Amino acid sequence: MKNDKNKQSRRKFFSKAVPAAIGTIGGVGLVAQSCKQAGNSGEKVTLLSQDGTLVEVDQSALPQAPYRPMPPKEAREGIPGKHFVMVVDLARCRNARKCVKACDHHHQLTPDRPFIKVLRMQDNKASAPYWMPKKCFHCDNPPCVKVCPVGATYKRSDGLVLVDNERCIGCRFCMAACPYSARVFNWGEPKNQKMNHPYSPETSTPSQIGTVEKCDFCPDMLRQDKVPHCITACPNGALYFGDKIADSVTNGSETVRLSTLLRDKAAYRYHEELGTEPNVYYLPPVDRAFPFKEAPEGQPS
Amino acid sequence: MVKNEHITDEQFNQKVEKDLLSHLVSQKRKGNIFVIILVVILLIGVFAYYRQIRYGLIVTSMRDYTSWGVYISNFVFFVAISLVGSLISSMLKLSKATWSIPLTRISEIIAIAAIFCASIIIIVDMGRPDRFLNVLIHGRIQSPILWDVMIISTYLVISMLLLYISLIPDLALCRDKLTHVSGFRKWFYRVFSVNWKGSPEQYKILHSIITILSIVVLPIAFSIHTVTSWLFSTTWRPGWDSTNLGPYFVSGALMAGAAVIVVAMYFIRNAYNLKEYLTDKIFDKMGKLLVLLSLVYLYFNINEYLGPAFKMVGVEGEHIIELFVGKYAGMYWAVQILGLIMPIIVLSFAWGRKPFIMLIISMLALLGAWVKRFLIVIPSLQHPYLPIQNVDESYRHYVPSWEEWAITFASFAGCLLIITFLLRILPVIPIWEMKKGVEPKPQEV
Repeated sequence: MKNDKNKQSRRKFFSKAVPAAIGTIGGVGLVAQSCKQAGNSGEKVTLLSQDGTLVEVDQSALPQAPYRPMPPKEAREGIPGKHFVMVVDLARCRNARKCVKACDHHHQLTPDRPFIKVLRMQDNKASAPYWMPKKCFHCDNPPCVKVCPVGATYKRSDGLVLVDNERCIGCRFCMAACPYSARVFNWGEPKNQKMNHPYSPETSTPSQIGTVEKCDFCPDMLRQDKVPHCITACPNGALYFGDKIADSVTNGSETVRLSTLLRDKAAYRYHEELGTEPNVYYLPPVDRAFPFKEAPEGQPS
Repeated sequence: MVKNEHITDEQFNQKVEKDLLSHLVSQKRKGNIFVIILVVILLIGVFAYYRQIRYGLIVTSMRDYTSWGVYISNFVFFVAISLVGSLISSMLKLSKATWSIPLTRISEIIAIAAIFCASIIIIVDMGRPDRFLNVLIHGRIQSPILWDVMIISTYLVISMLLLYISLIPDLALCRDKLTHVSGFRKWFYRVFSVNWKGSPEQYKILHSIITILSIVVLPIAFSIHTVTSWLFSTTWRPGWDSTNLGPYFVSGALMAGAAVIVVAMYFIRNAYNLKEYLTDKIFDKMGKLLVLLSLVYLYFNINEYLGPAFKMVGVEGEHIIELFVGKYAGMYWAVQILGLIMPIIVLSFAWGRKPFIMLIISMLALLGAWVKRFLIVIPSLQHPYLPIQNVDESYRHYVPSWEEWAITFASFAGCLLIITFLLRILPVIPIWEMKKGVEPKPQEV
């Protein structure tokens, strides 16, 4: 009986110690990750085993703490020291719509309310048409944030504009205010919802009836040092994502200096004159990787 | 008012009291049919709203591009109508137009009913009405919606005070004279006449309160519709992105307010036999006022459309084409010609300012005012900067669903019910202001 109790308390200790250790290592690991490739890290960790002896194990053998999306309150804080940007190379988009598909899947969206739209654009009659993938521009001077009566949509220190659908009152003023039509609304009960975690503005799932939604730059991925789903889904490397402060963006296969890319390719932002200061840059559709082809009839959005 | 030289003030006052209290004594059964019809319309609207609560805004025809619809345009209409109160009981009163005294109470009642319905309809438009309190809990003062909430509630309170304070002497009269009415009304008159004795001192206080209120309500009334216009002009939508929108909305509201008072006056005068009080002369004066206000509105209309129509830039140009020759052209020109140009022409002639013709013209102006607000809200949303592509066909057009119409008609029915209810318990014309020699002369303002 006494022994049992002892065991229990030991077990309790162990169950508390391991996550704590993992937490510490996790912190170290993130720093280490940038220098060393994962695998057998060679770094040993001392742990207390179940029968009371100290053992040394390799860091890579430990299970990683599962990622938990930030609850609405914590999601209001940006990731420190970051300012996220996206660059879209219009010369490389051929309307493959893989980004749309990946985004829809990840955010549990139905085709009637996509976060990403690939638009057929033609600046004037004489110029050639091109495909323009369009997400939320995460403006630094966001009209949607200004008009929201309850602070349900907000700007974070890392540049992201997010929506808290547990606070949104559904007035749709932000939709009227956004000059880029970036926002979608849950007019009815959202379909296709899998409740695999509690709501987080960082995943924008699960959706809620009567509230507004939009592209969120996948902050759940960013928290895990990964890039948004659309970036990795693009088969042509048209989408770059990165950090303005670190001055680097990646399209999954190459990582380039942001300032050089923007300068060399004469990047522009859509409707610069509105003063919204978007964080999405476009590289003009010159020297195209693909000839322009019209979309097939009845192409789903 | 018809006045015989040889009757004394005493006799005159007795006649005024008798005439103006008569509609409170003998309630016509005919009116009950009217009330029943209104209640039925209201209930259909309530059922439609139940469906909207249950299934969401999907029951409306609003979708991602046309994200505001007939609810918002109806809201703007009711806010516009509510300006009638300040028009008659503030602007005309402060300019010492004595002819409009019989209209003050009607206008204040309409103002309260309209502003009440505007508040209801804006809640109906919300995707999450259950979270209404978030506006108070998490309210952001930077948002024009907060300004609107604040100014509308302020205007509602001041309008109610304006109606109530000027009612006190009449409520006291009802308390003293109406002895055969129901217990509720007896109680109501007794409690709300707050011991009014009619002493010179009380009249003095009454007049100063009314003067203060009618001055205070003026900037609030201008603000309420200007702030409503800012809900639109703080965005980049074509037709909304305009510095002209504030005065354009206010002038349109004053015109609609004048039109609604003519319509109300016509029906009240017939239903309650008040031809001696709501005289043809008042109609004539209101007709002239309506012409003036329509001309001001016409000016702001030209100012609103000429610039964009001259330049025809981008989405502004698309918007103008849609209104002038596109799918909204029929509505647009009908509103501008029947609802604005025609009132100006017809009411400019003495024959046009006869009660029945004025009723028809004012109803057209009112209908025009409603449709105009539809044309201000909806087409602007259908011309975003980025093209609308790869969406269901229903996203490109907007024709309100039956639920939206039912709720819209219910809001009218509700507004009329409030007016009817108030007219059944309150003297429709301020009796104490019509009587002579019972009070010390009002102080010069």
